[in-house]
Amino acid sequence: MDKLHKLQVEAIEKGTVIDHIPAGQGLKIINHLQLMDKKLRLTVGLNLPKESGEFKDLIKVNEWHLVNEEAENLFLFAPDATINQIENYKVVKKYKMKAPKLLKGVFDCRNQNCISLTEPVDSKFIVDQSDKGLRLQCHYCERWFRDWVFV
Amino acid sequence: MQNPLFQRDVVSIKDFSREDLELIIKTAQTVKENPSGQFLAGKIIASCFFEASTRTRLSFETAVQRQGGQLIGFSDASNTSLGKKGETLSDSIRMIDSYADAIIIRHPKEGSARLAAEVAKVPVINGGDGANQHPSQTLLDLFTIFETQQTLDGIKIAFVGDLKYGRTVHSLAQALSLFDGVKMQFIAPDALKMPEYICEELLSSGVEYQVVQKIEDAVEWADIIYMTRVQKERFDPNEYHLVASQYVLKSELLKTAKPNLKILHPLPRVDEICTSVDKTPYAYYFQQAENGLYARQALLALLLNEQGIYG
Ligand SMILES: [Zn+2]
Repeated sequence: MDKLHKLQVEAIEKGTVIDHIPAGQGLKIINHLQLMDKKLRLTVGLNLPKESGEFKDLIKVNEWHLVNEEAENLFLFAPDATINQIENYKVVKKYKMKAPKLLKGVFDCRNQNCISLTEPVDSKFIVDQSDKGLRLQCHYCERWFRDWVFV
Repeated sequence: MQNPLFQRDVVSIKDFSREDLELIIKTAQTVKENPSGQFLAGKIIASCFFEASTRTRLSFETAVQRQGGQLIGFSDASNTSLGKKGETLSDSIRMIDSYADAIIIRHPKEGSARLAAEVAKVPVINGGDGANQHPSQTLLDLFTIFETQQTLDGIKIAFVGDLKYGRTVHSLAQALSLFDGVKMQFIAPDALKMPEYICEELLSSGVEYQVVQKIEDAVEWADIIYMTRVQKERFDPNEYHLVASQYVLKSELLKTAKPNLKILHPLPRVDEICTSVDKTPYAYYFQQAENGLYARQALLALLLNEQGIYG
């Protein structure tokens, strides 16, 4: 880990750092985090240079730890992101996002004729991961979507 | 006998196992031999058609009355006030749920039957949810294939016409993939070919399929030819006649057919099967429609009788 990187990750005392987000996806994750909890204190870095010469987004959330389901709900936005749990300015736990089996209430069905859009229910998608990539099937209308339809 | 279908919802053909399907077929056979068993005596069935579908409704409602059940409900959006004053489908279903022993629902939106099944405590039967599922059609198709071939294992079936939008075709192909050694041929215009996700599913469940150019190429091979309509609105008018004429079944095409061949069609037919075919021993689409009644009788009897009809 280079110095710049280390600083970026450890600059908060306690909380969560979501790192290695593909540049451009950061804002979507922020949007989603704010939907979960409006009061979250967020610090954001967009288009930060990576060692490879590419760019990434990075999000720090003060005083807050992602629980499993919350991390899973973010998976589609940044499958390769890493999550760093920070205590006392130190990374105490570091893990990769995991693909969920089910996504509930994260985004609306893209089938305009789907009943879930007009009824008081959470959207629900069954996630299928194969060598061809990620696919999601709406629990209600049973339609299949590629992951990029949503992100 | 333990009846695994008792109080179940019937939303999607994928909710059924092979054993479930076999039980429904066996029950439908028995019901066809003796259609007046009073398996719904004392039951009230809600027939809720949020959009009109006269064939499906008449078939279901006859299936209820034949078995001594009573009906409440409505036949299309114009004769119900439900859903009109901003009431959600969930609330409408909650109300109907408190009156009826089972709910048959037809609704223009995809997923409506799944939603209804989650809200209702009584069994919900999907009579068609938008472009998604219509499981009782598939049950009558399976029953008819079994009736004419005495088995579903090893069946050779050719699907002809609109294989892209035809939900009956998708559901039947998926259901048949639960049986052993089923082989399929697909005959469709390029613009209406079987969707890739269905083909992938079929392959992964061990179904052998082939894309074939002309109906003639399938006739000698097939046990079942399943015809569907190539709809005008899918093509520009000039192109339509040229394309559609290649997917029309005429009696002279049937010269090389095997004696056990049967031709099925979900009806209504327009001109994709010439009336000259009706008189051949291969035509079975009218019996197929009649079988819809027995399949629906069997389904209702199984959902509402803990011991099935043999207990
Ligand atoms: Zn949907």
